[in-house]
Order: sequence, then C-alpha cells, then structure tokens
Amino acid sequence: MSIVLEAQNINKYFEKPTRFQVLKDINFTIEKGEFVSIMGKSGCGKSTLLYILSTMDTEYEGRLLLNNEVISGQSGEKLSYIRNKHIGFVFQFHYLLADFTVLENIMLPAKKLGEKTLEAIEKDAYDKLKLLKIDHLALKKASQVSGGEKQRVAIARALINNPSIIMGDEPTGNLDSNNADNVFTIFRELCDKQHLSLLIVTHDEDFAKRTDRIILMEDGTIKK
Amino acid sequence: MINWPVILTIAKTHLVTKIKQTSVAALGVTFGIGAYITLVSFMTGLNTMLDNLMMNQTPHIHIYNEIEPTKEQPIALYDQLANSTPIIHSIKPKLSQKKIHNALPLLNYLNEDVHVKGAVPQIKAQIFYIAGSIEIAGNLTGIHALEEAKLFHLKDYIIEGSAEALNNNENGILLGVGVAKKMSVHVGDRIQISTIKGDVFPLRIVGLYQSGISDLDAIQSFSNLKTVQRILGEAANYITDINVKLNDVELAFPMAKKIEHQFELKAIDFNTANAQFETGTTVRNLITYAVSITLLIVAGFGIYNILNMLIYEKMNDIAILKAIGFSGKDVQMIFMSQAMIIGFVGGVLGLLLGFGLSHFISTIPFETEALPTVKTYPINFNPWFYGIGIVFALVSTFFAGYLPAQKAKKIDPVKIIRGQ
Repeated sequence: MSIVLEAQNINKYFEKPTRFQVLKDINFTIEKGEFVSIMGKSGCGKSTLLYILSTMDTEYEGRLLLNNEVISGQSGEKLSYIRNKHIGFVFQFHYLLADFTVLENIMLPAKKLGEKTLEAIEKDAYDKLKLLKIDHLALKKASQVSGGEKQRVAIARALINNPSIIMGDEPTGNLDSNNADNVFTIFRELCDKQHLSLLIVTHDEDFAKRTDRIILMEDGTIKK
Repeated sequence: MINWPVILTIAKTHLVTKIKQTSVAALGVTFGIGAYITLVSFMTGLNTMLDNLMMNQTPHIHIYNEIEPTKEQPIALYDQLANSTPIIHSIKPKLSQKKIHNALPLLNYLNEDVHVKGAVPQIKAQIFYIAGSIEIAGNLTGIHALEEAKLFHLKDYIIEGSAEALNNNENGILLGVGVAKKMSVHVGDRIQISTIKGDVFPLRIVGLYQSGISDLDAIQSFSNLKTVQRILGEAANYITDINVKLNDVELAFPMAKKIEHQFELKAIDFNTANAQFETGTTVRNLITYAVSITLLIVAGFGIYNILNMLIYEKMNDIAILKAIGFSGKDVQMIFMSQAMIIGFVGGVLGLLLGFGLSHFISTIPFETEALPTVKTYPINFNPWFYGIGIVFALVSTFFAGYLPAQKAKKIDPVKIIRGQ
C-alpha cells in the first residue's frame, strides 16, 4: 500500500496569550484507501493538527509529505494549488457559498483547477451529485437546502477534483443522528469502492469506532 | 496563473446578489463623474467664450508709433560727462510722425513670415459725429474689412449689415451701436462726420457694430482704409497701426521684441497687454478641477466603505474559497475586479449623465447685450474630458478597492473556520 500523507515530528506553538506547545512531536502516516479518525478531548490539539495537515496553517515545525512529496515550506500559491488538486475538505458547518447554486458550488474547485472543459466539469459535478443521491438539488441556491443536504453538497465539492485525501473537521458534529449516519455511510462507500483516503476529526465515538483506525490524542501527543 | 473567468464569475455573483450596495457605490461614481463632466464642460465653455471675447478682437502683436521721449538724450553723447549722473528736467516727447514709416513693405514682410497668420493695416483717426448742431466725439478706424472679418472675427460683432457691404461701398461706415442710438440713425441713413481739422464728410451707414463693451460702442466706428485716408487727406501709404495675428500666441512676446528692435517701432504683445486675463483663466480652471477632484474623492470613500462592508459580510466565503484552493491573490483579484466593475459601470453612466446634463445646459437660452453672438450657455464638448473622466473613475475605484482587497487577501481561513 502506498502512503498518501505522512507527518514527521510536527511541533506547534501558540504564541498568545503565552507561549504554549499545542502539538508535541507528532508522527503518523495514512495509507491509500485508509479511513482514519482522530479523537480526543476538546483542546487536545486535534483540530490544530488537521489544519496543519490541510496546508492552511503553515506556522509549525516538522515535515509534511503528501504523496511522498515534501509540502512544508512551499509558497502560498503552491499550497493553494495542492489544496485545490489533492485535498478535499468537509467542515462541521456547511461552508457553501450562499449566493451560488449547489451545482456552481461543486464546480468551483474544478473551475479553479482549470484542467477540464466546462462541459466535462459539469458532467463530473452531476456524477458526484448522483453518487450522493442529491442530483435533484443541482439548480437550487445553496442557502435553500437543508443541513444534511448541505453537508452532502460539501462532500460532493470535496470530491470534484478526485483528491488524494478527504479531510473532515467534525463533519457530523452539527447533524442529527440520521443525517450523521448518512454521511458516515457515504464516507465508508467512498473508502471501500473508490479507495479514497479519509482523515476525520470527530467527537462521536460511534462514528470513530466504525473507521479503520483511530488516532487518539491527549495534550498534544498521540496516545495510540 | 489567475483563472479570470472564474474570478469574474464570483465577483459578478457577489455584486448581483448585493445589487443595492453595488448600485449605491456605482451611483457615487456616476454622480462624481457626471458632476465633473458637467462642471468642466460648462466652466471651460464659459472660459473659452470669455477668452474669445478678448482674443478674437485683440491682435497678438500691435505695432504702432508711440509718442514718447527719446531714450537716449543728447547729453549722453557729451563725453566729458560720462562719469557723472546728468539730471534733466522737463523732457518733451520727440516730434515724430503718427504714421508707420514704410508701412507697406513692413506689411509684406510680416505676411511672408511663416509664423504669422495675417497682418492687417489700420488707420486710427479722431473724428466728430455731427447731429444737427451737436458734435459727438468719436474714433473712426480705417480697416481692410474682409481681412478683419477673416482674422479678427469682425462679422461676429456686426449686428446689422455686413463686412462685404462695407468693403463694396467707397463711402460706407460701420457705425457703433451706441453712436447710432444716440443719433437715432439706422442702416441706409447718411451721417456727417468732421475731422479735427474741420473738414466735413457725408458717409452712408452700411452696418451697425456692437463689441459688447458699451463705452467702446458709443464712440467707435469703422470705415474703409481708403476712405479714412481720403478724409484725412493722406496718401495710400498712410497707416498708423498694424495688427498681427500669429499661428501660435506663445511666440507673440519674442516676436514683438524682435519687431521693436528691427524697425524701431512700438510692438506690444498680447500677454503684456492683457496680463490679468490669463490669471483669471488659470484660477477658474483651478477651481473647476479642485471641485471635481473633491467630488471624486468623496465617491472613492463611498466605494471603500461598501467594499469593506462586503468583505466583512463575505468573510465565510473568503475562508471557504481559500480552503478549496483559491490563493490569497485570487481572493484579492475577486475584490479588486468588483471595485473595477463598480468604477467602470459607474464611470460610463457618469459620462452619459455628464453629457446629458451639459447638453441640457447648452440648450438653456443665455442672451446678453455684451455678447451679441451667444444665444445659449456655452458648453465645451471636448472628448478629452470624457477620457479623463473614465480614467479618473477607474483610478479612484482602484485605490478605493485596493485596501479592502489587500485585507481580504490576508484573511486567515483557519481563524474563521475554527472561530465558528
């Protein structure tokens, strides 16, 4: 199995209000097709770690490898490109662009990447919508669909560029159990059928237990 | 590598969904540019009219024989007083002839100069208009009517009759409108004039002249060069003044100096004779631009405010765009293009508004005794103003958008996503 994401000796400090070490020497790898969850108490640094892994937070020590390439210390421009092409994101709150339709929201990362024609991107977007069984919502405004649906739209958007890995920051944290279950099933299927790697930060123990591997964090270190 | 179609689509969507704010911002620019165009067209129109009032009639160089004392008094020739300072009392002007010596060759010389648009001869004579037993003092100027019409816009100031009629009539006179009123005479009537020496001549009125300066109109009349020469009993080379119009008014000063030196005549250039006039024009232009720039800066602050607010409202959108792979520069460009779209649309509408307003002003009747040829308010429809207007709209919106866009570029998506 090939390694998708590798963290080597990640240290992170908060400077305010006082200097405080949030992450202490974090090392782990995620392989292709692996469904990993990160658990831990509030404030243990799991979200901080996720945002470092996502390349959005660049103020840390250590090395980060994506598909065996070092991405630490790259320029902002390059990191944006990496996020765009290789990383799909799902947040706790359904971050959609409210002024755009569902379809436009999903197409946006692919348009930014600009590797395909508009027609091809639109076809891809419809494929992802069908995969998540929400193709009937395509032309609705993002602000007009329900919470569970929004999260599925967000997943569709994360998938549009066929990323190497999907990251989630408590993607079910704001959903009722039924919708949460739905989202988990979708993730499971993506992992099993399309061999997608997933890294999900969660508080939900039931959710975590059904993943392939749990990384448990405590006070900025990995317990197991 | 910036993907412009995507950036512009996002910018457009933001603007369309916030159409009210967008319109307000664009209207700010529209009014700013509209007011600028109207103001500058109107002011420069008025300026040009006032300039013309002055310039059309005024020669660039006026050549004549000044009655003045000799600059070098005879005592200066006496060597033994070379080291002292002589003080002379009661200096008298030098006795010289009124006419310009060798005027006709001088005219030919001037007319052959490439910088000269035209040089025309004039004879100035003091006369009296005779109405019964009353004598009214006045000036009669002998002119070459057709050339005066061509070079000094004489036609604009003839309110009845024509320059051709004067040229064709050996005994014609173009009477000042004030004189005509005093004497209750009309075109076609005959009047008598007398010279200082007492000779009386009958002349036929072929037209009425109104300069707009009523003091002048109450004394001034024109007749043909030959007629005046005959009235004064002088030969055909008797010419007292030469008026020169140049192709470039800037050359007036050096050329006047040259003529003075070369021909030993008095030559006054336009700027020396009318120094206060240019100051007035400069100050009026300064006021126009100061007011316009103020208007545009106010509009610029409006855009700055609205973009700033838009960025606070779109904080989530900015974070999400950055999370899905848009770089800080992309986000900056989204907001910059919004500012530029507002500036461009507002600016173009402003040009139209300005054109409409100034066109409307140009149809308002504006009649005044002083300006016989002006019927409506003067407007200067110079295409340059429109060019400057649109450039100013784009430049000011660029600066108004720059700071907010810079802020959007620097927003840290992690803070916003985690902050919720």
